[in-house]
Amino acid sequence: MVAHQFDDAAQQREASTLGMWVFLATEIMFFGGLFAAYTAYRYKYPVGFAEASRHLDLLLGGINTAVLLTSSLTMALAVRSAQVGKRAQIVGFLVLTMLLGLAFLGIKAYEYHEKFAHHLVPGASFAFGGMHAREAKMFFYLYFAMTGLHAIHMLAGVAVVFYMTVAAARGKFTPGYYNPLEVTGLYWHFVDIIWIFLYPLLYLIA
Amino acid sequence: MTDHVLPVKTYVAVFFALLLLLAATVTVNRLHLGEFGVVAALTIAVIKTILVVLFFMHVRSSSRLVWIFVGVGFYWLMILLILTMSDFVSRTWPPFSGGPL
Repeated sequence: MVAHQFDDAAQQREASTLGMWVFLATEIMFFGGLFAAYTAYRYKYPVGFAEASRHLDLLLGGINTAVLLTSSLTMALAVRSAQVGKRAQIVGFLVLTMLLGLAFLGIKAYEYHEKFAHHLVPGASFAFGGMHAREAKMFFYLYFAMTGLHAIHMLAGVAVVFYMTVAAARGKFTPGYYNPLEVTGLYWHFVDIIWIFLYPLLYLIA
Repeated sequence: MTDHVLPVKTYVAVFFALLLLLAATVTVNRLHLGEFGVVAALTIAVIKTILVVLFFMHVRSSSRLVWIFVGVGFYWLMILLILTMSDFVSRTWPPFSGGPL
């Protein structure tokens, strides 16, 4: 399974890993713009951000962090199963990864619903008591932009993992060739890292 | 580049370390440390990131070229954040009036 432009399987694997890291570098800058906006506005509105942050559900956010960390473990074990050539294990771990990803999105959807119900979504029905409504509105703009972009990445991740599950079940991956699975893992862990920062920055200000 | 197959127990150990660090983040938040709280939370997040990158993302056993690409990604992010914030932070400074300009 070595394409003709490569000398051997190791060089091919190196090339795909490197290519994925180039993509992830662009992703760091994609999210980086939002993190820069967040930093600037938190610096400008420290009190408003702290007040708004209290309206987020610390427990649900924490559970979601644990769910994502667990999904990273199952993803890493799926890649390992490919390295040692255990096809059934790859499929099992990938299915677990997908289920955990969907659980994350389910909890996120519930949180979004709560925000809608409590008039915390920036827009015509936005209502926030106290002196810092404008500042709090900026916090929620950033909250929805950052977690929304992250959720879109999770959706894409679940779709790719599903595709990989089908490929693994058909026996496409062997200890000598598992590059697609390896780079899918890199993407999944990257999305996990974004959440590792989003959780303390959005939920744990107060 | 040879393949390094990490033992399952390494992955599980990293996973439990990550969960412990998550508990640490929540605990630090409960202590209400003010300004220091942000620094502590970000430090913990960076440690978690290093664990994920080195072990789950296999960078520990990757080539030097991959290390450079990973480093460059974070370096650019630092340029973005530091240059942006050096503007916002210095806006409130009093104007400089002692020089020839």
